[in-house]
Amino acid sequence: MTLDLAVQGVQMMLVLLVAPLLTGFVRKMKARLQRRQGPPLIQPYRDLARLMHKDAVLAENASWLFRVIPYLIFAATWVAASLVPTFRTGLLFSWSADLIAIIALLGSARFFLALAGLDVGTSFGGIGSSREVMIASLAEPAMIMIVFTLALIAGSTQLSTMAEYMASSAVGLRVSLALGLVALIMVAIAENGRIPVDNPATHLELTMVHEAMVLEYSGRHLALIELSSSLKLVVYVSIIACLFAPWGIAPANDGLLSLAIGIPAYVAKLAGGGFLLAVFETSIAKMRVFRVPEFLGAALMLGLLATLLRFVSGSF
Amino acid sequence: MTLTIVLVCAAALLALAPVAVMLARSPAATRIVYAASLIVSAISLAAALTHLLGSAAPVGITLPVGLPWLGAHLRIDALSAFFLVVVDLGAFSASLFALGYGEHETAPERVLPFYPAFLAGMTLVVLADDAFTFLLSWEFMSLTSWALVMSHHRVPENVRAGYIYLLMASFGTLALLLAFGLLAGSEGLYTFAQMRAAHPSAALDALVLILALIGAGSKAGLVPLHVWLPLAHPAAPSHVSALMSGVMTKVAVYGFVRIVFDLAGSPAWWWSVVVLALAGATTVMGVLYALMQHDLKRLLAYHTVENIGIIFIGLGLALAFATHGLTFAAALAFTAALLHVFNHSLFKSLLFFGAGAVLTATGERDMEHLGGLIHRMPKTAFVFLIGCAAISALPPLNGFVSEWLTFQAILLSPQLPSWALKLLAPAVGALLALSAALAAACFVKAYGVTFLGRPRTPAAATAMETDGFSLAAMLLLAGLCLLVGILPGLFINALAPVSAMLVGGRMPAQTGAEWLALVPIAESRSSYDGLLVFLFMVLSGTLAALAIHRLASDRLRRAPAWDCGYPDASPATQYTATSFAQPIRRVFGTVVFRASEHGEMPPPGDARPARLVVQIHDPIWDTLYAPIASAIGIAADRLNRLQFLTIRQFLTLVFCTLVILLLVLAIWS
Repeated sequence: MTLDLAVQGVQMMLVLLVAPLLTGFVRKMKARLQRRQGPPLIQPYRDLARLMHKDAVLAENASWLFRVIPYLIFAATWVAASLVPTFRTGLLFSWSADLIAIIALLGSARFFLALAGLDVGTSFGGIGSSREVMIASLAEPAMIMIVFTLALIAGSTQLSTMAEYMASSAVGLRVSLALGLVALIMVAIAENGRIPVDNPATHLELTMVHEAMVLEYSGRHLALIELSSSLKLVVYVSIIACLFAPWGIAPANDGLLSLAIGIPAYVAKLAGGGFLLAVFETSIAKMRVFRVPEFLGAALMLGLLATLLRFVSGSF
Repeated sequence: MTLTIVLVCAAALLALAPVAVMLARSPAATRIVYAASLIVSAISLAAALTHLLGSAAPVGITLPVGLPWLGAHLRIDALSAFFLVVVDLGAFSASLFALGYGEHETAPERVLPFYPAFLAGMTLVVLADDAFTFLLSWEFMSLTSWALVMSHHRVPENVRAGYIYLLMASFGTLALLLAFGLLAGSEGLYTFAQMRAAHPSAALDALVLILALIGAGSKAGLVPLHVWLPLAHPAAPSHVSALMSGVMTKVAVYGFVRIVFDLAGSPAWWWSVVVLALAGATTVMGVLYALMQHDLKRLLAYHTVENIGIIFIGLGLALAFATHGLTFAAALAFTAALLHVFNHSLFKSLLFFGAGAVLTATGERDMEHLGGLIHRMPKTAFVFLIGCAAISALPPLNGFVSEWLTFQAILLSPQLPSWALKLLAPAVGALLALSAALAAACFVKAYGVTFLGRPRTPAAATAMETDGFSLAAMLLLAGLCLLVGILPGLFINALAPVSAMLVGGRMPAQTGAEWLALVPIAESRSSYDGLLVFLFMVLSGTLAALAIHRLASDRLRRAPAWDCGYPDASPATQYTATSFAQPIRRVFGTVVFRASEHGEMPPPGDARPARLVVQIHDPIWDTLYAPIASAIGIAADRLNRLQFLTIRQFLTLVFCTLVILLLVLAIWS
């Protein structure tokens, strides 16, 4: 019990600490791939610390909701991140939210972020919010379809159980899994606002989505939102890692020794995911906004196809 | 005992109607009528709750009213008790809200007499135990609500709404009448007990299902029978809109469940295919229609259509599982549907109350004329936000729990043997997920445009916070939304007798697990704990706030909005409801609504401003209703000639008819 509690605590702190590092790592890798030196790995931590110590500047007509939303978003994302198995399955509280609930928690964060974009009443905030909900309206059902596929294979929507099943030899190679993986990667790219759906590095561009919504934020509020979006990236990489690369993840009842494998394995998976993301982002151009529905529609269809295959026969 | 109390309450409400007629002109009438309704519905609610949580054993009574020698049969069982709780809770909160809201009513004499009568009508529908009482109460409910829709009868829009409502209601009742006629069979079995015992043929049963879908579905708002709903619900005063959307549609669901699950003999497996296909279409069409609206109350009404679809998805799955003998899965799906019935009645009433508060504060229903109300009406804004989050199925609120349970039920559907269902179930799951995401988008729009941003009109800029009674009613419902969200187990346990009665099984008791977690099947399979998620969110949010304020900075400055350096002072530069929905309109609307937009550019020299015109076609109205309406129009024109015949021609007509009838009689025997 104490061990479980400690592991849960370690997980909560680990995801929080590693999140800016992953963002910094992706940026560094992208810079290197573009033959730039790039900022140091710890730059995101410095940015966060500086933002937190600055005054928060609020627009004159910003409401109380605008000030509460960064904390709400952070809380929802952090709770989601704490419940995804990263280096060990069977976390103390992982049963309190299954994968559908984790997706819905991230959905809550997005709901409030989109509201924040509308709060000050500027045209940039509105454009970001309206595009964000358009993207979400396709990404969320696609994600639910992927969850269906995986849940039907593993016989559970509980991420811990799913990860354990995926790590066992019972799973084998399946068509539906491959479709699910492709769809999941597409959804993860869209959900995290990465190229080709959105560009996390732009400002002042009419194609931006996430950055337009948070335009009015500053200081500690902006820091929390930046941290939340780093955490969200960690959540998605962790979900993909624990379902499609469950190697090295420590089983629920093992002692400390397996943790010694689990944590380095997790960090290595994050680094691998970050590297692949950087390569992908460097090699592709950003899409026009109205190409995004086609991109996500494809993810939705792949997810639906994978689910249908599972419904039709258990062997796919 | 329970039944007596509830019936006395219904009688008291009926008696209140003439009292309201007599009082209507006096200034205290509003207070008296709503306070009386409040007390009566509280008593009735307490009685229904005790029955549902207590024995839930059916109790019947035959009153010597109604048809001579037959009397009126009334009965309360677990199903009626549950729906009575929904009705009475809605009535209670609406009466509380109306204590404040009703003071602003311009024509109270048109609302007050019908309000308690409407409540009594809904109560009697769920208690009826014979076809006659059921249909009588059903029509009574329809007519009183029609009168309430027409309370502002000088608005041309309301007149049209009332007309279409009356037509659709009559059509629905006709279908129900025929359904009961088939159930009654040639012997004329008239009480529900006799219908339950009879075993009509499969073909007749199928016809009963179709008629019940038309009859109850048109009242509930199933696509394509929903057309009256978004017209009529917003036209009524807001507390009545809340009752119609939150409660009366549930009474319609009750009618469907009573007929299909209880009275009809043995359902065939393909029934669920019909129900699921209609429900899936309803869910997505409802939310897409809602996204295209900028009238706040009409948007909410379209969301009722969507939520009715979600409820019917649960019912369809329950039928599918039940007909294949998968009792446990049927209980899960059925419980999900019932929980959504309860949840929707909570948040839809809350949202309509919020819309009513906005309407009294600003005189506006059109979101394009609102904005920035969070500054002027902070309390209303807070509770409305809870309602928006709940209906968007966000954890840890209640809407998520019922949708989560529906998803869990869909995940059990590979066990179904029939191929049609195997293919339909995941498709319905995708539609449900799509509608959940679109609903969240729609409520970002509704809340963002109405309450956030800058006021778009002087009316919005000078709005005042609503009164204490209205706030109390909204707070009560918001609190219940949170309570069901974090302690769903308690409510699911209360539904167990209903599912045991109708699908022959129940979900396992939900209060055993640690931290009151919700475990529908087994913990290794799926579990959700709203309480813990809520606590975690509160804790981590507070922790972050404390840590940052202590360790880093808690200073705050106000400055003009940044907006990339080009803020525009005019509130017209904000996103409106129409522009917010533009991306979604472009993605979904071009297919579904043939939505198009084109710029109207005046010729050079003309001083008119250029306009962007958005055109949307209602596919269901255009393809289904418009042809019927024009066909009736043409037929009426043709038949009109019959009015102007000479007396000889009339006599010839009568004579020919007589001859034909006699011939028919002669050949028949």
